Amino acid sequence: MRIGIDVGGTNTDAVLLGYDDRVLAAAKSPTTPDITSGVTAAVRALDPPAESVTAVMIGTTHFLNALVEGARLTPVAAVRLGLPATAAVPPMADWPARQRAAVGGYGYLCHGGREFDGRPLSPLDPEELKRTAADIAARGLTSVAVSSVFSPVAETDERQAAEILRAELGEGVHFSLSHDLGRVGLLARENATIINASLRDLATVIVESLGKALAELSITAPFFLSQNDGTLMDVDFARTCPVATFASGPTNSMRGAALLSGVGDCAVIDVGGTTADIGMLTGGFPREAAGESEAAGIRVNFRIPDVLSLGIGGGSLVSRRGGTGPRSVGHLLTREALVFGGTRLTATDLAVAAGRADIGDSAHVAHLEPEFTERALERIAGRLAEGVDRMRTSAAALPVVAVGGGSVLMPEPLPGFADVRRPAHFGVANAVGAAIAQIGGEVDRVFRVPDGRRDSVLAEARDEALGRALDAGARPGSVRVVDIEEVPLAYLPGGATRIRVKAVGDLDLRRIGDITWCGAGATADA
Amino acid sequence: MREITLGNLDDIARGSGILGTGGGGDPYIGKLLAREAIRSHGPVRLVRIDEVRADATVVPVSGMGAPTVLLERVPNGREDAAALRALERHIGRRATHLAPLEVGGVNSMLPIACAARTGLPLVDEDAMGRAFPEAQMVLPGLAGISISPMALADDKGNTVVVEAVDNHTAERIARAVCVELGCQISCADTVLRGDQLAAGLVPATLTLAGRLGAAVREARAAHRDPVAAARVVLAGVPLLTGKVVDVMRRTEGGFARGHARIEGTREDAGRVLELGFQNEHLLATRDGVTVATTPDLIWFWTARPATR
Repeated sequence: MRIGIDVGGTNTDAVLLGYDDRVLAAAKSPTTPDITSGVTAAVRALDPPAESVTAVMIGTTHFLNALVEGARLTPVAAVRLGLPATAAVPPMADWPARQRAAVGGYGYLCHGGREFDGRPLSPLDPEELKRTAADIAARGLTSVAVSSVFSPVAETDERQAAEILRAELGEGVHFSLSHDLGRVGLLARENATIINASLRDLATVIVESLGKALAELSITAPFFLSQNDGTLMDVDFARTCPVATFASGPTNSMRGAALLSGVGDCAVIDVGGTTADIGMLTGGFPREAAGESEAAGIRVNFRIPDVLSLGIGGGSLVSRRGGTGPRSVGHLLTREALVFGGTRLTATDLAVAAGRADIGDSAHVAHLEPEFTERALERIAGRLAEGVDRMRTSAAALPVVAVGGGSVLMPEPLPGFADVRRPAHFGVANAVGAAIAQIGGEVDRVFRVPDGRRDSVLAEARDEALGRALDAGARPGSVRVVDIEEVPLAYLPGGATRIRVKAVGDLDLRRIGDITWCGAGATADA
Repeated sequence: MREITLGNLDDIARGSGILGTGGGGDPYIGKLLAREAIRSHGPVRLVRIDEVRADATVVPVSGMGAPTVLLERVPNGREDAAALRALERHIGRRATHLAPLEVGGVNSMLPIACAARTGLPLVDEDAMGRAFPEAQMVLPGLAGISISPMALADDKGNTVVVEAVDNHTAERIARAVCVELGCQISCADTVLRGDQLAAGLVPATLTLAGRLGAAVREARAAHRDPVAAARVVLAGVPLLTGKVVDVMRRTEGGFARGHARIEGTREDAGRVLELGFQNEHLLATRDGVTVATTPDLIWFWTARPATR
């Protein structure tokens, strides 16, 4: 049996999944500031047989929230290797003021880095790095982000620079190296590395809180955190690479929707308190957004699911003219909505008045005109249907799966979409998605593809991704390639092509303990 | 527009990205370069064609190379002035004005950064009114103005001056130098006399980029349709509303070539648009009929509703 937990901003959800991925129990509990007691309460409500639990998978938006709030972050020394290039745009030049202040804004430009083909851009300068270390020490900084030009092509400069800095700075200083965090695009990769470095202390606290909660429940099974792409990372990796959890929320809810509904190719509408998030699932995995992504207004280089957010949720305010959202009472729903004895008309009140949901006290909404209620709900349905229509890429019939507590707002079917399903346990799809997360392996870099060698280069990249998934703890035989992307790079000689291959497989519980984790390189300070 | 400041730079960048019609490189890095340069050195003076003396020396500056490299090996900020100084030494006179070579994409931004750093005024016009992949594909070429002498500079202090027999050869030599210097360099070339600007440049294109960017920004802020707002500025004709159902890309001769297939939705349901591109969008064929081709600017907008 596995336990899936989603630690959200408002609620902590938990589910107990059997060996056949059936939901055996589900529970919700308010998220608490210490995290521990919220998790303990939710899991205790499942009443799991502690000795039969084989693994616990946890999804959390805590790290992303910390960045958005600019709170609980550790000041970072951002060391960039790339002089004489890159000086025109120093580290964090494009950050919002709040986040920049929260991480201290300490940038250091040093020599080092590579050209696109791996040639040295300029040699590392140990004396310069020692002077940098002295300044870092004088400022009392304990987390260092090292980013080197073209480190996705050649990572040695980052490693060597970290060794030199570590020798100067001594124990107790964390290092985050950019080549562990992604692909070509210096500023976005550097940003992710700095964010990661700023979350290291918080990661330690959260991992301990989660471990403590499970210990209190006498659960001794290993626990994992879910990553952006719906795969798992172990506790050591989570401590060193917290930034990899950032987009796990939408990913988990969509993957959970796929399992609960049994549909792998569909549109998913996750209706929460404030927004309805629409995404597309292909083969059980979310379609990822093209182009650059942002976290808290900062450009980053990791992939996030392609999600269209509409300002429609269970807590959305309804105007006198029958328009819904985007303003919402959010987590104050149980105080402010009419059905809870409050004074504000919310979308949830409409659903109760129309008999679609049994929440709170329906007597409080008996006065609403049925015609008004129906028309307002029709408008919501129309907007959701239009959103799904924008996200779809073909005219073929498309099943729509609705999850999230607010999905009671949706009629079945939606205009233009005959097949709308709201599976059992739709309110805890996030936690279900966490529980079924798999083990992944990914390759994403620039390959040279000489004429006539495309097939062999692609095969090489596939083998590497499959090997990484196995190394990360996937069960042999369960690993498959789920995504291949090839983008030829304009103006680069030698058929330079960016190739990305992603492979996933099931977690091999027998091998826990003797596996190399996906981000093994990230544990540079182990 | 008389000055480029921190206040209107974002609009120009947004507009120039649109004028790139799919190519030209993301103006993002260029915008950061220009912003840092304006922060340190102050705003850039923008001049109209009729304000430039007939004997003025106007030098277009630009970046050449792979957009991927620009995103990774960010410039140090001195390359373009180094190329400009090398060119000045070669021709024996100083530049009085700078100009953008292409207003579409990142090359709209690099001359702004260079103008801020050198204090030179920037003329409000460019050599193609869009983005295009090769150095010789510019209006001054039609007016008989040579690319050579062409000065190239990298981030380490290397400079090369090219004197070529014709513009195609200049492009080929520069491309080879560019690869050797790490696939991203700065160029100063195609020197124009003040009285050649009317024949050699497209007028008021930076102003156009700024207006376009402002229109899109204002429409988004007011939850109006930004595509409609841009169409008004550009006097554009809608070709098709639909979804991309297929994209084929390949590299040929260093270019990203291919085509996309877009199937119509709503009022365009049942129609199909094929879009051919080589870096930029070049040819649009709707239901088998050519509806737009270079030198038309062919735009492709992603629909995104305003959420909050």
